This record gives sequence, C-alpha cells and structure tokens, in this order.
Amino acid sequence: MDFNLTEEQKMLQDSLRRFVDNEYSFDKRTQIIASGQGVDKPTWNALAEMGLLGFTFPEENDGLGGDAIDTMLVMECFGRGLVVEPYLATVVLAGGLIRDAGSEGQKAEILPAIASGEKLMALAHHEPGARYNLSRVATEARKSGDGYTLNGRKTAVIHGAQADQLIVSARTSGNTGDTQGLSLFLVDANAPGLTRHDFATHDGNRTADLVLENVTVPADALVGREDQAYEAIEKAIDLGTAAICAEAVGAMEALHKATLEYSQERKQFGVPIGKFQVLQHRMADMFMFAEQARTMAILAADQADSDDREQRRRAVSSAKALIGQYARDLGQAAVQIHGGMGVTDEMFCSHLFKRLTLINLQFGNSDHHLAQVSDLLLAESA
Amino acid sequence: MNLNYTPEQEAFRQEVRQFLQENLPDDIRERVQKRLRPNKALTERWQKILHDQGWGAPNWPVEHGGTGWDAVKQLIFEEECALAGAPRQLDFGLRMVAPVIMTFGNEEQKKRFLPGILSGEDWWCQGYSEPGAGSDLASLRTSAVRDGDHYVVNGQKTWTTLGQHADWIFCLVRTSNEGKNQEGISFLLINMDDPGISVRPIIMLDGEHEINEVYFDNVRVPVENLVGKENQGWTYAKFLLGHERTGLANVAQWKGMMKRLKQAAREERDGDRPLIENPRFRDRLAQLDMELQALDLTVLRVLTDEKGPGPSASILKIRGTELGQNLFELLMEATGQDAMAHIPEALEPEYDGPRTGTENATIAAGEYFNMRKLTIFGGSNEIQRGIIAKLVLGL
Repeated sequence: MDFNLTEEQKMLQDSLRRFVDNEYSFDKRTQIIASGQGVDKPTWNALAEMGLLGFTFPEENDGLGGDAIDTMLVMECFGRGLVVEPYLATVVLAGGLIRDAGSEGQKAEILPAIASGEKLMALAHHEPGARYNLSRVATEARKSGDGYTLNGRKTAVIHGAQADQLIVSARTSGNTGDTQGLSLFLVDANAPGLTRHDFATHDGNRTADLVLENVTVPADALVGREDQAYEAIEKAIDLGTAAICAEAVGAMEALHKATLEYSQERKQFGVPIGKFQVLQHRMADMFMFAEQARTMAILAADQADSDDREQRRRAVSSAKALIGQYARDLGQAAVQIHGGMGVTDEMFCSHLFKRLTLINLQFGNSDHHLAQVSDLLLAESA
Repeated sequence: MNLNYTPEQEAFRQEVRQFLQENLPDDIRERVQKRLRPNKALTERWQKILHDQGWGAPNWPVEHGGTGWDAVKQLIFEEECALAGAPRQLDFGLRMVAPVIMTFGNEEQKKRFLPGILSGEDWWCQGYSEPGAGSDLASLRTSAVRDGDHYVVNGQKTWTTLGQHADWIFCLVRTSNEGKNQEGISFLLINMDDPGISVRPIIMLDGEHEINEVYFDNVRVPVENLVGKENQGWTYAKFLLGHERTGLANVAQWKGMMKRLKQAAREERDGDRPLIENPRFRDRLAQLDMELQALDLTVLRVLTDEKGPGPSASILKIRGTELGQNLFELLMEATGQDAMAHIPEALEPEYDGPRTGTENATIAAGEYFNMRKLTIFGGSNEIQRGIIAKLVLGL
C-alpha cells in the first residue's frame, strides 16, 4: 500500500502545474474558447515539447511508457486550470485505443504523430438515443470491394470537429445492442460522405455530431479484430472516465480554494463571510468531498489499465459515481458561497462549476455508475 | 503508487486469519456476529487469548509489551478480527489512556498501569463530559483540591461508557480557576473502588445500559495518580482526542457490518425474492459499499503519506461515523416492519422464545437507535467541522 508519487511523477506534476499556472491564464483560455477552433496550437506544441502527448505510449513508438497514474497527474493539472485542449480526445481515448488495440503498423504510424503534436484525433462512438449504453451502435460498416462502407450517426464526439482523423465504431454484424459485432475504423476528417457539426459545450470544450453517408475506408482502416471491438471500446472509455475523474479532482480543489479565498475577502455585516459558522461547515464538507474524490480518482487510475474487467468496472464505476456526487455537492456549495458573483461569467468559480457539472454527464453519470456497482453486488450474491 | 498490499502484509493477513480460525471460540464469534448484548467476561476472555499470543496491544510499541505493528498492520489486524467476528478490544485502556500514560506519565505510572491494561485485568472508563460540559469540554467543573498527599475530588461526570464495569477512570478535573478555562485542568487517574464514588446507570434510547453518571463526593486521590503536570491536562486531553479521531473512522468495524448487511440482503425476503433483488434497496447498499471503499482507501492514504498524517485525518471521524450510522439504518430498513418488535431478552444467546422476523430484525432498530451516538461523542461532528474550518482551512 503506497499512495506516494515517485520522484519522476512529482517532477511531471510540478512542471505541468507551473505550465498551467503561468502559461494558461483565465484570460488566455477565454480567448482560445472564443477562437474559431476552440483549441490552441502553440499550447499543443508546448505540451508535445514537454513530452506529454506521448507520455503513455510505448517507448518504441516515441513514447515514455507511462501509465494511467501519469494520465491522472496530467488531467488533474488540466482540471485546476480548466485546460480545453484536446488531450482527452487525442491522447487518452484515441491514442489509448491505438496503443491497446491497433496493429503494429498503426501504432508505428499514428502514435509518433500524436506524440509530436502534428495529429489530432477523436473517438466517435456514442450514438443518439444510446445514452450511456456502450453496445447500442447502429452505425453500419459493410464490406465493399477491398474495404468497408460506413453509414450512420454519432453524437457527443469530444473534439470531433478539431480532429484530423477519427476512430469510428460501427456494426459489422449482429443487432443494435449486441456486444458482439462491433468494429473500429480509422476515418480521415476529410473523407467524402462525412459531415461534422461542431458544438461549443457549456464548459468551453467542443463536441461534434457526425453523419456518415457511404463513407468508404480501406481494409487496413480496421483497428483491432473485426466484430470484436467491444472490450477495447469499453477499456478506452474506462481510461477516459478515470482521466476525467482526475480532472474533476483538480477542478474541485481549485474551486474549493477559490471559495475559501473569496470567503475571506468578501465582507458582510462587518466581517469576512468565512467567519460565519454556517458557511464554515459547508466549506469543511467541501474539503471532505475533495479529499474523498482524490482517493477515488487514484483508485480509478490504478485500475483503469487493468485487463480484469470486473475489477476495473467496480473501481472505475465507484469512482465516477462518487466523484459525480461529490463534484455536484462541492460545486453547488461553491456557487452558493460566492453569492451573486457565483452566477456571473466573470468568475473562475462559475467555469469550474460548469466543467464539474459536465464531467458528471460525460461517460455515464452517477446514477449510471451506481447501477453498475449495484449489478455487480447482485452478481456477487448469486 | 501501488494500491496493493505488499507480500509481507498479505502474509501477515493470512497469519492473523489463521490465528483467528484456530483461537476465536465459537460462542464468542456467534455472539459478536449476531451483535447480541456485549458481555464483560467474553471481552476479558478474548483479551487474554490475544495477550497470550503477544497481540494484546496492537497499537503499542514493543517496549511496553505491544506488538510494534505499523499503522497498516494494525488496520489489517482489526479488519480480520471484525470480519471473523472477534470482539472489539476496549479502546478506553488500550487506545486512550495508555498512549497518554506512555507519553506524559512517569516510569512509576507506566509500570503500575500498563500491564493491567495489556492483560485485560483492569477496565478503564473515561471521565470527560459533565452535565454542563459537553462540546464545550473545557468548561468542566469537577474539582480536585490539593490536601497534603491527596487531591480531594468533587463533582459529576456523565456519559461514562461501561463505567459500571470499570476498575479505573481517567478524569479531567479542575485544579485551578485562574486564567482561561483550558488552563486549570489536570489529568487524574482514579480508582473506581475509592470511597465517595457512586455510579448511576443512564438507560439509552435502545433500552440498554451502556452509559452512566459517575459522582465524586470528597474522593481522596493520591497525588501520584496525577499524569504529567498539574494544570496541563488540556494538552493531554487534546493529544488523546487526536488518537481517538483517527480510530473513529472505524473502517474495520464497518467492513464487518457491510458483510453482515450483504448477508442480510440475501436472507431477508421481499415477497418471493431475496431483498437483494429489489433494485432500490440494492442501489442503497451499493452506495454505502462505494462510500466504505472511499473511506477505507482514504484512511490508508492518510496513514501511508510520506509527509505524515496531514489535515485529511480530520475528515475521518466525520465520514466514518456518518457511514456507520447509514449502515445500521439500512440494516433496519432491510428488516422492514419486523424491526418494530422490541425483545430485549433476545439479545442474550440462550434466548429461545418467540421473535418476529429474523435475527437481523431482533437487533436492527436497537442498533440504529444506539448508533446515533456516533456523531455526538468524541467531539460532535459539528465540533469536528469547526476544527477543520479553523485548523485546516484557516477560517
């Protein structure tokens, strides 16, 4: 049992915190969000130079062989500064899928391109109406000639419109809802028949909805084995879930700190409002939420790499369920304690709150993940 | 970072498990697992068995006859004990007064008091709260006035858990009225057989006799029973409360309780099906299971922090007690209307009369009522939040 970071991990954390604190100010972030792309190329290049974009890739693919704990450290720092760059989409989700399920050729081609910062990617999996059910895929891929033809719709594709290349899940056999029969395909952003609708999200990020109409891809666009993609998708989403759990911890701690500071500056009835017991107890609760969220994010990261599906399910779902609850309670308290200022756009507080709110909605909300843990209990008792 | 126990820790767990299999008597196990009425003789027997094994004091250093185990080993030990149905060792001696005597007492006091705690021969209780001094503990008024080689003690203590069984009481007494309330308090060890002491039961809302009032009427206590320096008792009391707070997370106990709750969810019926198949109940169980894991890992994170237990420790009492209460509440709800009947005789193992529902139902409501104490004692959870606000958040 050891929760302490290694010296290397501490160095990574320190340099990244400095970068976020010094190079990614609230004003700069606001400008990036308002820009056409919603992401910042110079920031992305700087992250590449720091070695962060390939950190979790194998050494033979220009990576550093890091694991989900390293991802946790990165995402926690991004949470603190509300970084809106496409790290989750490109490195964690798409990069993780190629690393874990891609062919040697795909790894050799794609991972170095991600690590160097030249390639942005996204995972297009969720479909309208599927909610959080990972097997509800209606998008079809039919064999045609040497390749496949894809038809269907995708939704909530994180940074889908910014990506140079997408990994698209599609059904090669079976019916909507089957875990069998799913396959993954590399689709270039400029492929004929692919339409992308770019949306700004409430928290300053971007998602896209996709329409695929007779999009053709070659045979070597297949990632992993035909019909057998479900487990790889599930693991990629679990890695992504663990990553946003860590992001939530960074945002929660930043929001707690902002609230503490505000409560010591803001005076009413002649005293700082932080002197009021009713607010003190609420801030003590916020501290407890953040501390337990940290514990659970560590658990999720520790198990996110695991190939033991049940153990991973329990850890990741427990973390996501509890962190969703804690983040909601902490976030609502923070806005309340900020009073009128808490509901304005000018405060960092409200932006942290919005990100935390959307994290709960992403990759399964608390109810969804509670149900996963609950089902495991039932299976255990049988 | 590595969330697995080391091979050495796993081997230790096996050793403890095997010891419990071989040495925990069946009658004790049954009584504890069913959560029947606690019994002094049984707790003494178990303490003696542990003492004979050299495990009488898991939290003490070797020099005083303890095991010298680190914090993680202590947790493993407690967890295995709770899961196996071993009685809880008594905190008052082992975890409360003993660390104070070891840290602030003189050699004479260590020799005199520690062996009896270790063997289980001496039972201790805590003389802190008074009718007028609860959360505001420093306002206590029980007085100790020096008279030659003795202190003469007058006053009243209350909420004294297991005071009816105790041989000794460690007391906070007022030795001075000068300065702030905290400045005139001393830490005194008093023999419960001394003339002038009387104990009166307080019956709790579950109908059980667990706590007492203790009256002191000109009780003469030898000055050698003063721990540390006169008027410095508040420092020692705070030290003790610090020890109490970490232990109050109670993870081991709650793991044992969760095991019971999961078993109850299979045993209790919901029409034609076991209760575990009711999704609304099961979600509540899952919620508590997750919270227990969060608490468990937070405790380990705090205890293994290379910088020492930091401010996170202060959340453990709050989270642990709230979780404990919720576990008992869910057990009560699991038994439904069967929990309504109050059958105090059924809390003894030899009871074979009528009962409604299962053995879960027999104890469920009483335990729920009793456990409301958790968020009140040891510094109420409101006091704990105040401490976090002041000491951790700097408000």
